[in-house]
Amino acid sequence: MTGATTIEVRKPGLSTTVQDGGRSGYYHLGIPPSGALDQYSLACANALVANPPDAAVLEIVYMGPELAFTGPATVAVAGAAIAPKVNGDERPVWESFDVAEGDVLSFDYLKAGARAYLAVSGGLDTPVKLGSRSTYALGALGGVEGRPLAEGDVLPVGADRGSGSARAGLVVPPELRPVLAKEVEVRVVMGLYDHRLTDRGRATFLDTEWTLTPVADRIGFRYTGGQLETVDREPPFGAGQDPSNIVDSPYPIGSIQVPGGVEPIVLHRDAVSGGGYMMVATVLSGDLDVVAQSAPRTRTRFVEVDLDTALGLRAERKDRLARLHAALDG
Amino acid sequence: MSARYSWGGDEFVFVELAEEMSLQANFKAMAITKLLQAERPDGVLEICPANASYQVRYDPDVLEPHGFLAHLKRLEERVGDALGVTLDCRVVEIPVLYRDPWTTETQMRFRDRHQDPGATDIEYAARINGYGSVEEFIAVHSGSPWFTSMVGFVAGLPFKYQMVPRDRQILVPKYLRPRTDTPKQTVGYGGCFSCIYSVRGAGGYQMFGITPAPIYDPTQTKPDFTEHMVFMRPGDIVTFRPIERDEYDDLQAAAEAGEFRITNRPVGFDLQPFLDDPDGYNKRLLEVLA
Repeated sequence: MTGATTIEVRKPGLSTTVQDGGRSGYYHLGIPPSGALDQYSLACANALVANPPDAAVLEIVYMGPELAFTGPATVAVAGAAIAPKVNGDERPVWESFDVAEGDVLSFDYLKAGARAYLAVSGGLDTPVKLGSRSTYALGALGGVEGRPLAEGDVLPVGADRGSGSARAGLVVPPELRPVLAKEVEVRVVMGLYDHRLTDRGRATFLDTEWTLTPVADRIGFRYTGGQLETVDREPPFGAGQDPSNIVDSPYPIGSIQVPGGVEPIVLHRDAVSGGGYMMVATVLSGDLDVVAQSAPRTRTRFVEVDLDTALGLRAERKDRLARLHAALDG
Repeated sequence: MSARYSWGGDEFVFVELAEEMSLQANFKAMAITKLLQAERPDGVLEICPANASYQVRYDPDVLEPHGFLAHLKRLEERVGDALGVTLDCRVVEIPVLYRDPWTTETQMRFRDRHQDPGATDIEYAARINGYGSVEEFIAVHSGSPWFTSMVGFVAGLPFKYQMVPRDRQILVPKYLRPRTDTPKQTVGYGGCFSCIYSVRGAGGYQMFGITPAPIYDPTQTKPDFTEHMVFMRPGDIVTFRPIERDEYDDLQAAAEAGEFRITNRPVGFDLQPFLDDPDGYNKRLLEVLA
């Protein structure tokens, strides 16, 4: 395959960004991991085109871009149900296909889920910043000039190679695809500042069917549906007056903060790294994929699991990834 | 004060060293995370010290969680009360144009979210802290150094804790509702912390002024940023130097031309002698800038 293929951005889509497996080691300076919000779909898209699992792809949210290829490539879309089209002809999601020089790739409207991942054989070759190509827009870092795609951008395609060679017609078996639903369960480990909740507040958190608001981006996902009762207290020095205030602390990725006891916010991979609102639980790292595929209005229940259960679910996810690679590699 | 340990899902351990803010709690966080940083066991991905707490991100497939937690507790025991710890710090001078036109204009756009819409942020802060004039308040804000107790929220934003006894600390509530805009390099205040906004964006801290000193440069083209895109580090001891508009314009032009460098000097900082005589200790600390 040619290494000189580039992709011209004719229409950028709503907020299309370059993302990969993310960066590590800078969160203590306020620079979050970034990377694909749905890491499982990232791995799927890359496996379909024989890329390494964390190669750079385009993350498409709600509405797809229109892209022109200057050379041939094998590509694949995984994640949300938003069908790709080559020169107007629809192609399946979860299956690799070829594009030729001059072909235009566009997308149908979104039918389910929220975020799709477009992988190109060889990976996107935008500059590596702090060990990753991922876009962190709040810090103007990574991707294309630290921002979502704009009309006229030109994306270089790299020569990253996985274990096999890319070919059209590879398919992620249906049983290895995530379920995209309007009602989801997100598993959490309770903790952090959950002692600020009364028993009733805690029960409300776990019993409420929360609804995702339109405030759902790479930084965080805000839900509405209830008011959490907090324990009365004398505010500790430096915390602030509101019962939900704490002395500004670090925020785990996936932590759920509840400012004012209303509208929980799940912090995702472009998280603000710290702040002064009580966090009451943390989403399992694997279930952040479920959050990533939640569109506004998705009804969501937070389901408590203990750490040992969380580790068991983590092992199951790893096994699923191993089955994915067994199905697609070689 | 006893630390509280909590799981943050399957990849984080969260440790609250004290419920309330103090320099001593921050010192413990710094000392424990420095020990862990020096060991850097396989599987540790992020070590984040914060004001009175810290967190670690780790890979539980590499580091067994319960054993790792027990290890963190042993590090806490080793650090003890942190009074004997010496931290390698820098003294950093940040020039500030207080009451600048840009943060003032921004304040006016968000008056409906403020406790006292009839006053500016700094007038409000001066009044509720019992100062007779804004000038007097500026003299206090710039009159003692500040300890960088945490870097974060967004890339490179430092939280700064006033190095004076608690009964003299400035306390100002955050905006009633956060603004959607804050100029880059705004010097802000919320609760007991001063901060410098590293990038333009949302914010809830009161706005006192602006510095011409860039503290975040993702392009790494400016001279202070050849090694790191973030200037401020936990442990930086910052002194704010009030400047007038003429000097601001000169420094701003120099910053834009890539010629401005932030004045800073290395120092060792010991907690016990500071707690014994804060004003005398601060005076000696700042002499390194002379």
